[in-house]
Amino acid sequence: MSVVVPRTLKDALSATAANPSALIIQGGTDLMVEINFNHRQPTDVIALRLIDELRTFQINQDNKQVTIGAGLPYQTMEHGEIANLLPALAQAARTVGSPQIRATGSIGGNLGTCSPAGDALPVLSALNGTVNLQKADSARSVSIHDFMIGVKRNSRQPGEIIVSTTLPIVTGWQGYAKVGVRNAMVISVASCCLVVDRANGTISVALGAVGPTIVRCRETEAWLATKIDLKTKSTVAPKLLQEFGDRIAEESRPIDDHRSTAAYRRHAVAVLSRRLLTRANAQ
Amino acid sequence: MKTNSEIYNLTVNGETHQVRDSWVGESLLYVLRERLGLPGSKGACEQGECGSCTVIMDGQAVCSCLVMAATAIDSDIQTIESLSPNGVLTEVQNAFITEGGVQCGFCTPGLVVAIEHLLSQNSDPSELEIKEAISGNICRCTGYGRIFEAVENAISVRKANNR
Repeated sequence: MSVVVPRTLKDALSATAANPSALIIQGGTDLMVEINFNHRQPTDVIALRLIDELRTFQINQDNKQVTIGAGLPYQTMEHGEIANLLPALAQAARTVGSPQIRATGSIGGNLGTCSPAGDALPVLSALNGTVNLQKADSARSVSIHDFMIGVKRNSRQPGEIIVSTTLPIVTGWQGYAKVGVRNAMVISVASCCLVVDRANGTISVALGAVGPTIVRCRETEAWLATKIDLKTKSTVAPKLLQEFGDRIAEESRPIDDHRSTAAYRRHAVAVLSRRLLTRANAQ
Repeated sequence: MKTNSEIYNLTVNGETHQVRDSWVGESLLYVLRERLGLPGSKGACEQGECGSCTVIMDGQAVCSCLVMAATAIDSDIQTIESLSPNGVLTEVQNAFITEGGVQCGFCTPGLVVAIEHLLSQNSDPSELEIKEAISGNICRCTGYGRIFEAVENAISVRKANNR
Protein backbone atom coordinates (compact mmCIF):
# COMPACT_ATOMS: atom_id res chain seq x y z
CA MET A 1 0.00 0.00 0.00
CA SER A 2 1.32 3.41 -0.86
CA VAL A 3 0.18 6.98 -1.23
CA VAL A 4 2.21 9.21 -3.50
CA VAL A 5 1.68 12.96 -3.36
CA PRO A 6 3.90 14.39 -6.11
CA ARG A 7 4.51 18.14 -6.35
CA THR A 8 5.33 18.26 -10.06
CA LEU A 9 3.68 16.77 -13.12
CA LYS A 10 6.99 15.12 -14.02
CA ASP A 11 7.08 13.27 -10.70
CA ALA A 12 3.40 12.33 -11.09
CA LEU A 13 4.08 10.89 -14.55
CA SER A 14 7.00 8.86 -13.17
CA ALA A 15 4.69 7.57 -10.46
CA THR A 16 1.98 6.51 -12.94
CA ALA A 17 4.62 4.89 -15.17
CA ALA A 18 5.92 2.90 -12.21
CA ASN A 19 2.41 1.89 -11.15
CA PRO A 20 -0.08 2.30 -14.03
CA SER A 21 -2.93 0.70 -12.10
CA ALA A 22 -2.70 3.06 -9.08
CA LEU A 23 -5.83 5.05 -8.29
CA ILE A 24 -5.39 8.67 -9.41
CA ILE A 25 -7.21 11.14 -7.18
CA GLN A 26 -7.69 14.84 -7.97
CA GLY A 27 -9.94 16.82 -5.59
CA GLY A 28 -11.47 13.70 -4.09
CA THR A 29 -15.04 14.99 -4.03
CA ASP A 30 -16.28 11.99 -6.01
CA LEU A 31 -13.77 9.21 -5.24
CA MET A 32 -13.86 9.77 -1.48
CA VAL A 33 -17.64 9.20 -1.47
CA GLU A 34 -17.07 5.78 -3.04
CA ILE A 35 -14.28 5.05 -0.56
CA ASN A 36 -16.28 6.28 2.47
CA PHE A 37 -19.12 3.97 1.50
CA ASN A 38 -16.74 1.06 0.96
CA HIS A 39 -17.59 0.78 -2.73
CA ARG A 40 -13.91 1.03 -3.52
CA GLN A 41 -10.90 -0.11 -1.50
CA PRO A 42 -7.78 1.48 -2.95
CA THR A 43 -4.34 0.13 -2.20
CA ASP A 44 -2.05 2.38 -4.22
CA VAL A 45 -2.99 6.03 -4.66
CA ILE A 46 -1.42 8.89 -6.62
CA ALA A 47 -2.83 12.23 -5.45
CA LEU A 48 -2.57 15.21 -7.81
CA ARG A 49 -3.76 17.86 -5.37
CA LEU A 50 -0.38 19.56 -4.82
CA ILE A 51 0.65 19.89 -8.48
CA ASP A 52 0.56 23.62 -9.26
CA GLU A 53 1.01 23.01 -13.02
CA LEU A 54 -2.43 21.37 -13.13
CA ARG A 55 -4.07 24.29 -11.34
CA THR A 56 -3.39 26.99 -13.93
CA PHE A 57 -5.07 28.20 -17.12
CA GLN A 58 -3.76 29.83 -20.28
CA ILE A 59 -5.62 32.14 -22.64
CA ASN A 60 -4.38 32.19 -26.22
CA GLN A 61 -6.07 35.06 -28.05
CA ASP A 62 -4.23 34.27 -31.32
CA ASN A 63 -5.71 30.76 -31.48
CA LYS A 64 -8.91 31.87 -29.72
CA GLN A 65 -8.48 29.10 -27.17
CA VAL A 66 -8.45 28.66 -23.41
CA THR A 67 -6.55 25.75 -21.87
CA ILE A 68 -7.68 24.90 -18.36
CA GLY A 69 -5.56 22.75 -16.05
CA ALA A 70 -7.24 19.52 -14.97
CA GLY A 71 -6.92 20.43 -11.29
CA LEU A 72 -8.10 24.05 -11.46
CA PRO A 73 -10.89 24.29 -8.88
CA TYR A 74 -14.36 25.18 -10.10
CA GLN A 75 -14.46 28.26 -7.87
CA THR A 76 -11.79 29.83 -10.12
CA MET A 77 -14.13 29.54 -13.13
CA GLU A 78 -17.15 31.21 -11.54
CA HIS A 79 -15.78 34.75 -11.98
CA GLY A 80 -12.95 36.51 -13.75
CA GLU A 81 -11.24 35.85 -17.05
CA ILE A 82 -12.51 32.31 -17.64
CA ALA A 83 -16.08 33.41 -16.87
CA ASN A 84 -15.79 36.31 -19.34
CA LEU A 85 -14.56 34.11 -22.17
CA LEU A 86 -16.54 30.94 -21.38
CA PRO A 87 -19.78 32.05 -19.69
CA ALA A 88 -21.42 28.63 -20.08
CA LEU A 89 -18.53 27.04 -18.20
CA ALA A 90 -18.84 29.66 -15.45
CA GLN A 91 -22.56 28.89 -15.12
CA ALA A 92 -21.89 25.15 -14.97
CA ALA A 93 -19.10 25.68 -12.41
CA ARG A 94 -21.49 27.74 -10.28
CA THR A 95 -23.94 24.83 -10.08
CA VAL A 96 -21.38 22.31 -8.82
CA GLY A 97 -22.17 21.21 -5.25
CA SER A 98 -21.38 23.84 -2.64
CA PRO A 99 -18.54 26.32 -1.99
CA GLN A 100 -16.72 23.49 -0.19
CA ILE A 101 -17.00 21.23 -3.26
CA ARG A 102 -16.09 24.01 -5.72
CA ALA A 103 -12.92 24.71 -3.70
CA THR A 104 -11.52 21.31 -4.69
CA GLY A 105 -13.65 19.89 -7.54
CA SER A 106 -12.21 20.23 -11.04
CA ILE A 107 -12.76 19.46 -14.72
CA GLY A 108 -10.04 16.81 -14.45
CA GLY A 109 -12.13 15.05 -11.83
CA ASN A 110 -15.29 15.27 -13.96
CA LEU A 111 -13.35 13.83 -16.93
CA GLY A 112 -11.72 11.10 -14.86
CA THR A 113 -15.01 9.97 -13.35
CA CYS A 114 -16.84 10.53 -16.65
CA SER A 115 -20.29 10.44 -15.09
CA PRO A 116 -22.97 11.72 -17.52
CA ALA A 117 -24.05 14.02 -14.66
CA GLY A 118 -20.64 15.75 -14.47
CA ASP A 119 -21.52 19.43 -14.69
CA ALA A 120 -18.63 20.58 -16.89
CA LEU A 121 -19.02 17.84 -19.46
CA PRO A 122 -22.01 19.22 -21.46
CA VAL A 123 -20.04 22.47 -21.84
CA LEU A 124 -16.98 20.63 -23.12
CA SER A 125 -19.21 18.73 -25.56
CA ALA A 126 -21.12 21.75 -26.87
CA LEU A 127 -17.83 23.60 -27.40
CA ASN A 128 -16.14 20.60 -29.06
CA GLY A 129 -13.41 20.70 -26.42
CA THR A 130 -10.20 18.72 -26.44
CA VAL A 131 -8.82 16.61 -23.60
CA ASN A 132 -5.04 16.70 -23.21
CA LEU A 133 -3.37 13.64 -21.68
CA GLN A 134 0.25 12.85 -20.85
CA LYS A 135 2.32 9.78 -20.12
CA ALA A 136 5.92 9.72 -18.95
CA ASP A 137 7.20 9.60 -22.53
CA SER A 138 4.31 10.89 -24.67
CA ALA A 139 1.39 13.27 -24.91
CA ARG A 140 -1.84 13.20 -26.90
CA SER A 141 -4.98 15.22 -27.36
CA VAL A 142 -8.37 13.67 -27.96
CA SER A 143 -11.74 15.18 -28.79
CA ILE A 144 -14.17 15.18 -25.87
CA HIS A 145 -16.57 13.22 -28.10
CA ASP A 146 -14.02 10.37 -28.38
CA PHE A 147 -12.85 10.65 -24.77
CA MET A 148 -16.23 9.75 -23.22
CA ILE A 149 -17.04 6.16 -24.16
CA GLY A 150 -19.67 5.02 -21.65
CA VAL A 151 -21.18 5.42 -18.21
CA LYS A 152 -18.18 6.31 -16.03
CA ARG A 153 -15.88 5.07 -18.79
CA ASN A 154 -13.35 7.09 -20.73
CA SER A 155 -10.49 6.42 -23.12
CA ARG A 156 -7.73 7.31 -20.68
CA GLN A 157 -5.02 4.65 -20.88
CA PRO A 158 -3.21 3.16 -17.87
CA GLY A 159 -0.33 5.41 -16.91
CA GLU A 160 -1.92 8.49 -18.48
CA ILE A 161 -2.80 11.63 -16.55
CA ILE A 162 -5.48 14.06 -17.73
CA VAL A 163 -3.54 17.33 -17.67
CA SER A 164 -5.92 19.88 -19.20
CA THR A 165 -8.80 20.66 -21.51
CA THR A 166 -8.70 23.12 -24.40
CA LEU A 167 -11.85 25.06 -25.28
CA PRO A 168 -12.43 27.52 -28.13
CA ILE A 169 -13.39 31.15 -27.52
CA VAL A 170 -16.49 31.62 -29.69
CA THR A 171 -18.49 34.71 -30.58
CA GLY A 172 -22.15 34.35 -29.68
CA TRP A 173 -24.40 33.62 -26.71
CA GLN A 174 -23.75 30.54 -24.60
CA GLY A 175 -25.37 29.21 -21.44
CA TYR A 176 -25.90 26.27 -19.14
CA ALA A 177 -28.99 25.23 -17.21
CA LYS A 178 -29.64 22.36 -14.86
CA VAL A 179 -32.49 20.76 -12.96
CA GLY A 180 -31.95 19.32 -9.50
CA VAL A 181 -34.03 18.72 -6.40
CA ARG A 182 -33.00 21.95 -4.70
CA ASN A 183 -31.04 25.10 -5.47
CA ALA A 184 -27.73 24.30 -3.79
CA MET A 185 -25.82 21.05 -3.41
CA VAL A 186 -27.38 19.02 -6.15
CA ILE A 187 -26.17 16.45 -8.57
CA SER A 188 -27.83 17.05 -11.90
CA VAL A 189 -31.15 15.37 -12.72
CA ALA A 190 -30.85 16.81 -16.24
CA SER A 191 -28.70 19.57 -17.69
CA CYS A 192 -28.23 21.38 -20.97
CA CYS A 193 -25.56 23.56 -22.57
CA LEU A 194 -26.32 25.68 -25.64
CA VAL A 195 -23.65 27.52 -27.62
CA VAL A 196 -24.29 29.95 -30.48
CA ASP A 197 -21.25 30.26 -32.76
CA ARG A 198 -21.85 33.31 -34.96
CA ALA A 199 -18.67 32.91 -37.02
CA ASN A 200 -19.56 29.36 -38.07
CA GLY A 201 -23.30 29.99 -38.09
CA THR A 202 -24.08 27.07 -35.79
CA ILE A 203 -25.96 26.35 -32.59
CA SER A 204 -24.74 23.37 -30.60
CA VAL A 205 -26.65 21.65 -27.82
CA ALA A 206 -25.32 19.07 -25.35
CA LEU A 207 -27.30 17.31 -22.61
CA GLY A 208 -26.13 15.91 -19.27
CA ALA A 209 -27.56 13.07 -17.16
CA VAL A 210 -29.91 11.86 -19.92
CA GLY A 211 -27.76 9.15 -21.50
CA PRO A 212 -24.76 6.91 -20.88
CA THR A 213 -22.48 9.82 -21.74
CA ILE A 214 -23.17 13.45 -22.63
CA VAL A 215 -25.72 13.54 -25.49
CA ARG A 216 -24.79 15.90 -28.30
CA CYS A 217 -27.98 16.76 -30.22
CA ARG A 218 -26.59 16.71 -33.76
CA GLU A 219 -29.91 15.89 -35.47
CA THR A 220 -31.66 18.85 -33.90
CA GLU A 221 -28.67 21.05 -34.70
CA ALA A 222 -28.85 19.95 -38.37
CA TRP A 223 -32.63 20.54 -38.45
CA LEU A 224 -32.19 24.02 -37.00
CA ALA A 225 -29.52 24.82 -39.61
CA THR A 226 -32.10 24.17 -42.36
CA LYS A 227 -34.55 26.59 -40.75
CA ILE A 228 -32.35 29.58 -40.15
CA ASP A 229 -29.10 31.09 -41.40
CA LEU A 230 -27.45 32.15 -38.17
CA LYS A 231 -24.74 34.07 -39.97
CA THR A 232 -27.28 36.57 -41.28
CA LYS A 233 -30.16 36.25 -38.83
CA SER A 234 -29.72 36.86 -35.15
CA THR A 235 -32.74 35.18 -33.60
CA VAL A 236 -34.67 31.95 -33.90
CA ALA A 237 -38.38 32.47 -34.67
CA PRO A 238 -40.54 31.76 -31.59
CA LYS A 239 -42.68 29.36 -33.63
CA LEU A 240 -39.65 27.07 -33.95
CA LEU A 241 -39.12 26.91 -30.17
CA GLN A 242 -41.72 24.22 -29.48
CA GLU A 243 -40.43 21.87 -32.14
CA PHE A 244 -36.84 22.61 -31.09
CA GLY A 245 -37.50 21.40 -27.53
CA ASP A 246 -39.49 18.40 -28.78
CA ARG A 247 -36.61 17.34 -31.00
CA ILE A 248 -34.07 17.78 -28.19
CA ALA A 249 -36.23 15.56 -25.95
CA GLU A 250 -36.42 13.01 -28.77
CA GLU A 251 -32.63 12.88 -28.98
CA SER A 252 -32.14 12.39 -25.24
CA ARG A 253 -31.75 8.83 -23.94
CA PRO A 254 -32.71 9.04 -20.26
CA ILE A 255 -33.32 6.20 -17.83
CA ASP A 256 -35.23 5.79 -14.57
CA ASP A 257 -32.85 5.78 -11.62
CA HIS A 258 -32.57 6.86 -7.96
CA ARG A 259 -32.44 10.54 -8.93
CA SER A 260 -35.38 10.80 -11.32
CA THR A 261 -37.44 9.17 -14.04
CA ALA A 262 -36.81 8.97 -17.76
CA ALA A 263 -40.12 10.73 -18.49
CA TYR A 264 -39.32 13.68 -16.23
CA ARG A 265 -35.79 13.99 -17.62
CA ARG A 266 -37.07 13.99 -21.21
CA HIS A 267 -39.54 16.74 -20.30
CA ALA A 268 -36.81 18.64 -18.43
CA VAL A 269 -34.36 18.78 -21.34
CA ALA A 270 -37.12 20.08 -23.63
CA VAL A 271 -37.84 22.89 -21.17
CA LEU A 272 -34.16 23.63 -20.47
CA SER A 273 -33.20 23.75 -24.14
CA ARG A 274 -36.13 26.03 -25.03
CA ARG A 275 -35.25 28.25 -22.07
CA LEU A 276 -31.63 28.55 -23.20
CA LEU A 277 -32.61 29.28 -26.81
CA THR A 278 -35.01 31.96 -25.56
CA ARG A 279 -32.17 33.51 -23.56
CA ALA A 280 -29.92 33.36 -26.61
CA ASN A 281 -32.62 35.14 -28.62
CA ALA A 282 -32.86 37.92 -26.03
CA GLN A 283 -29.21 38.85 -26.53
CA MET B 1 7.24 12.89 -2.34
CA LYS B 2 6.39 9.35 -1.38
CA THR B 3 4.69 8.72 1.91
CA ASN B 4 4.30 5.43 3.62
CA SER B 5 0.57 5.22 4.14
CA GLU B 6 1.08 3.71 7.57
CA ILE B 7 2.95 6.67 9.06
CA TYR B 8 2.55 10.26 7.93
CA ASN B 9 2.39 13.72 9.47
CA LEU B 10 -0.50 16.18 9.37
CA THR B 11 -0.31 19.82 10.42
CA VAL B 12 -3.50 20.56 12.30
CA ASN B 13 -4.13 23.81 14.17
CA GLY B 14 -0.44 24.65 13.94
CA GLU B 15 0.75 21.38 15.47
CA THR B 16 2.36 18.43 13.73
CA HIS B 17 0.56 15.17 14.41
CA GLN B 18 1.90 11.76 13.48
CA VAL B 19 -0.70 9.37 12.10
CA ARG B 20 0.17 5.70 12.58
CA ASP B 21 -1.31 2.39 11.48
CA SER B 22 -3.96 4.00 9.32
CA TRP B 23 -5.63 2.58 6.22
CA VAL B 24 -4.90 4.38 2.97
CA GLY B 25 -8.52 5.30 2.29
CA GLU B 26 -9.27 7.00 5.60
CA SER B 27 -10.82 10.44 5.27
CA LEU B 28 -9.37 13.46 6.98
CA LEU B 29 -12.58 13.64 9.04
CA TYR B 30 -12.05 10.11 10.36
CA VAL B 31 -8.40 10.75 11.19
CA LEU B 32 -9.18 14.04 12.96
CA ARG B 33 -11.89 12.49 15.10
CA GLU B 34 -10.69 8.95 15.70
CA ARG B 35 -6.90 9.20 15.59
CA LEU B 36 -6.01 12.77 16.58
CA GLY B 37 -8.61 13.33 19.31
CA LEU B 38 -10.25 16.29 17.57
CA PRO B 39 -13.96 15.42 17.55
CA GLY B 40 -15.21 18.96 16.92
CA SER B 41 -15.69 18.33 13.18
CA LYS B 42 -18.83 16.23 12.80
CA GLY B 43 -19.51 13.33 10.47
CA ALA B 44 -23.02 12.91 9.08
CA CYS B 45 -23.41 12.26 5.38
CA GLU B 46 -19.80 11.38 4.46
CA GLN B 47 -20.55 12.45 0.89
CA GLY B 48 -19.98 16.20 0.98
CA GLU B 49 -23.63 17.16 1.18
CA CYS B 50 -24.09 18.31 4.78
CA GLY B 51 -21.02 20.43 5.55
CA SER B 52 -20.84 19.28 9.22
CA CYS B 53 -17.21 18.30 8.71
CA THR B 54 -16.07 21.62 7.22
CA VAL B 55 -12.45 22.54 7.98
CA ILE B 56 -10.07 25.12 6.53
CA MET B 57 -7.36 23.57 4.41
CA ASP B 58 -4.70 25.87 2.94
CA GLY B 59 -7.10 28.79 3.32
CA GLN B 60 -10.13 27.09 1.71
CA ALA B 61 -13.26 25.77 3.41
CA VAL B 62 -13.52 22.11 2.42
CA CYS B 63 -15.41 19.00 3.52
CA SER B 64 -12.90 16.96 5.53
CA CYS B 65 -14.86 13.79 4.72
CA LEU B 66 -13.85 14.23 1.06
CA VAL B 67 -10.13 14.67 1.71
CA MET B 68 -8.03 11.53 1.74
CA ALA B 69 -6.08 12.08 4.96
CA ALA B 70 -2.83 10.55 3.71
CA THR B 71 -2.78 13.09 0.85
CA ALA B 72 -3.21 16.05 3.23
CA ILE B 73 0.48 16.08 4.13
CA ASP B 74 2.08 19.47 3.53
CA SER B 75 -1.26 21.23 4.03
CA ASP B 76 -2.24 23.65 6.77
CA ILE B 77 -5.43 22.34 8.38
CA GLN B 78 -7.51 24.43 10.77
CA THR B 79 -10.45 22.83 12.59
CA ILE B 80 -13.23 24.25 14.77
CA GLU B 81 -10.95 23.54 17.78
CA SER B 82 -8.52 26.23 16.54
CA LEU B 83 -11.06 29.04 16.95
CA SER B 84 -11.13 29.24 20.73
CA PRO B 85 -8.02 27.45 22.02
CA ASN B 86 -8.28 29.08 25.46
CA GLY B 87 -12.02 28.81 25.77
CA VAL B 88 -12.64 32.40 24.70
CA LEU B 89 -15.37 32.26 22.09
CA THR B 90 -15.21 34.20 18.81
CA GLU B 91 -17.84 36.78 17.84
CA VAL B 92 -19.45 34.19 15.58
CA GLN B 93 -19.61 31.56 18.30
CA ASN B 94 -21.04 34.07 20.80
CA ALA B 95 -23.61 35.24 18.28
CA PHE B 96 -24.79 31.68 17.70
CA ILE B 97 -25.50 31.43 21.44
CA THR B 98 -27.16 34.83 21.88
CA GLU B 99 -29.32 34.55 18.73
CA GLY B 100 -30.38 30.95 19.35
CA GLY B 101 -28.56 29.67 16.29
CA VAL B 102 -27.80 26.39 18.05
CA GLN B 103 -30.50 23.80 18.60
CA CYS B 104 -29.30 20.21 18.43
CA GLY B 105 -25.85 21.61 17.65
CA PHE B 106 -24.68 18.95 15.24
CA CYS B 107 -24.30 21.29 12.26
CA THR B 108 -22.88 24.14 14.35
CA PRO B 109 -19.13 23.44 14.07
CA GLY B 110 -19.34 23.23 10.26
CA LEU B 111 -21.47 26.37 10.04
CA VAL B 112 -19.17 28.31 12.36
CA VAL B 113 -16.09 27.32 10.32
CA ALA B 114 -17.84 28.25 7.05
CA ILE B 115 -18.95 31.63 8.46
CA GLU B 116 -15.53 32.40 9.98
CA HIS B 117 -14.05 31.64 6.56
CA LEU B 118 -16.54 33.96 4.85
CA LEU B 119 -15.85 36.81 7.27
CA SER B 120 -12.09 36.35 6.91
CA GLN B 121 -12.51 36.98 3.16
CA ASN B 122 -15.31 39.53 3.30
CA SER B 123 -15.97 41.47 6.50
CA ASP B 124 -19.29 42.93 5.29
CA PRO B 125 -21.06 40.31 3.17
CA SER B 126 -24.49 40.84 1.63
CA GLU B 127 -27.42 38.59 2.53
CA LEU B 128 -26.92 36.71 -0.72
CA GLU B 129 -23.22 36.24 -0.04
CA ILE B 130 -24.01 34.85 3.43
CA LYS B 131 -26.57 32.44 1.96
CA GLU B 132 -24.11 31.40 -0.69
CA ALA B 133 -21.33 30.84 1.86
CA ILE B 134 -23.43 28.44 3.94
CA SER B 135 -25.26 26.81 1.04
CA GLY B 136 -23.12 23.71 1.64
CA ASN B 137 -24.09 23.41 5.31
CA ILE B 138 -27.35 21.72 6.19
CA CYS B 139 -29.24 22.51 9.42
CA ARG B 140 -32.40 20.51 10.07
CA CYS B 141 -33.46 22.31 13.27
CA THR B 142 -33.36 26.08 12.99
CA GLY B 143 -34.80 26.83 9.58
CA TYR B 144 -31.72 29.05 9.15
CA GLY B 145 -33.45 32.27 10.29
CA ARG B 146 -31.62 32.39 13.60
CA ILE B 147 -28.38 31.42 11.92
CA PHE B 148 -28.67 34.42 9.57
CA GLU B 149 -29.42 36.60 12.59
CA ALA B 150 -26.31 35.22 14.30
CA VAL B 151 -24.19 36.11 11.27
CA GLU B 152 -25.62 39.67 11.19
CA ASN B 153 -24.98 39.97 14.94
CA ALA B 154 -21.39 38.72 14.56
CA ILE B 155 -20.76 41.15 11.70
CA SER B 156 -21.92 44.15 13.77
CA VAL B 157 -19.90 43.06 16.83
CA ARG B 158 -16.83 42.56 14.67
CA LYS B 159 -17.35 46.04 13.18
CA ALA B 160 -17.66 47.52 16.68
CA ASN B 161 -14.41 45.76 17.56
CA ASN B 162 -12.84 47.19 14.36
CA ARG B 163 -12.38 43.77 12.85
